[in-house]
Amino acid sequence: MSLEPAPLQPLVRVTGLDKWHGDVKVLNGVSLELHWHERVVVCGPSGSGKSTLLRCLNGLDLPQAGTVVVDGIELTRASVERVRRQVGMVFQSFNLFPHMTVLDNCTVAPIAVRGLRAAEAREIAHDYLDRVRMARHAHKYPGQLSGGEQQRVAIARALCMNPTLMLLDEPTSALDPEMIQDVLDIVLALAEDGMTMLCVTHEMGFARRVADRVLFMDHGEIVEQGPPGRLFDAPGTDRLRMFLSRRLPGGPIAR
Amino acid sequence: MPVERRRHFREKVWLTWLALALLLAWGCRGLHLDLGYIREKLPFLLGLRLAPDGFIQGAALTIFVTSAAMVCALAVALLTAAGRLSNNPFAFAVATFYASLFRGTPLLVQVLIIYLALPQIGIVLGALSSGLIALSLNYGAYLAETIRSGVMAVPAGQREAALALGLPRWVITWKIVAPQALRLIIPPAGALFVSMLKDSSLVSIMGLWELNFLAQSYARSTFRYMEMLLAAALVYWALSIVFELVQLRLERRFGRGIPVVIGR
Repeated sequence: MSLEPAPLQPLVRVTGLDKWHGDVKVLNGVSLELHWHERVVVCGPSGSGKSTLLRCLNGLDLPQAGTVVVDGIELTRASVERVRRQVGMVFQSFNLFPHMTVLDNCTVAPIAVRGLRAAEAREIAHDYLDRVRMARHAHKYPGQLSGGEQQRVAIARALCMNPTLMLLDEPTSALDPEMIQDVLDIVLALAEDGMTMLCVTHEMGFARRVADRVLFMDHGEIVEQGPPGRLFDAPGTDRLRMFLSRRLPGGPIAR
Repeated sequence: MPVERRRHFREKVWLTWLALALLLAWGCRGLHLDLGYIREKLPFLLGLRLAPDGFIQGAALTIFVTSAAMVCALAVALLTAAGRLSNNPFAFAVATFYASLFRGTPLLVQVLIIYLALPQIGIVLGALSSGLIALSLNYGAYLAETIRSGVMAVPAGQREAALALGLPRWVITWKIVAPQALRLIIPPAGALFVSMLKDSSLVSIMGLWELNFLAQSYARSTFRYMEMLLAAALVYWALSIVFELVQLRLERRFGRGIPVVIGR
């Protein structure tokens, strides 16, 4: 992962997304641009549409209106696999394949999608597993690992596809407190390497450290956005003020 | 030591089985069985000799009918399960209609309709084909439900993670969903196949010389019913045990990555 010169074109351009789940409007005209190497954190109350926004970026959810363009490719049914090849995703519940070893979890897509030879895929997988400090567990099955370890493998699995954009959907929400920092450190290192990422998280301290920009979502809309310092210290809307005070009753946002 | 404990558990299981088998054999002593007659007829029952018309008979025919019907039932079941899981209302309707019809009528009646009633409208099928068709269609309907429930039990997150990695549909089906579904499908499917092995005795009513048919005819000619029927039962049981062992192996194969529970 080298730092290539950032092109002027944004990596992601989202315009006017509308998404309904049955009678509920989950996204209401969301527009968003993500620049190369930009780290954006999405926060907001549950049900505000954060996850759905992420899932619209790689076609796991299809919006009823609006467009998503990733690296010049407009997301359609026909192009969805090409877009997914560029977009890595990390889930709250890890979703490792339980019947495959850690190593196979990391090589299955590079072999099947990128057409790598098995030996080559294994080499790449070992590199990334090493980066998430899981190389010595390569032969194990996910069921033999702790939650934090599984999530680190899931991050390595996504990285093995050499994505240009990483989507992280509450990567630490299902973890025991003592494992959260391990995973956050990995994501932090990834951010420092210049990976473009969109991360839904409730870890405000983490948001402060990595985010170039924070989006606050509520009721399917981006209510407010800006650098984390300004957003957390001087929220411009009542909705954000209320959200922040509820998240950390009686205290300032963790630094 | 979990490995140690597992070994002890297995040893005790084997010993108990052995004790129960000896008890059963001892109980049979009181029946004053004519073991010589069983020994004389066993090669025929097992199908080690061909029938007078040169065709396989006895247990060999039972195994043939069961395996052939198993393959056909599996094919039918896969199609039916795909139909039931499909968004196409036509495919869904065909699959549910078929499954309902063949699960809702007795196998014996199905065999008789195919063998005895169809000729009335000009469709004449041999005994063997009739038996195979009836068994395949009947068990295909049950197996389809087993397959469907197995596929549906694979968490949605598995498919989503695979999609997010850009895996093509067939890779998701064969490498992600199928192996995980199989782990859940194999135990009930194994039970179905054991049950099919025994239901294959129904084709004897069409005069096929399979295990049950031979046992009955030998018994009738010498009035040695106890000997012949017990011998047939024992052969069926032995075959079932082979099926169960195969099932166990498959369960282990597809249970990889799932923590081992004692007794497996």
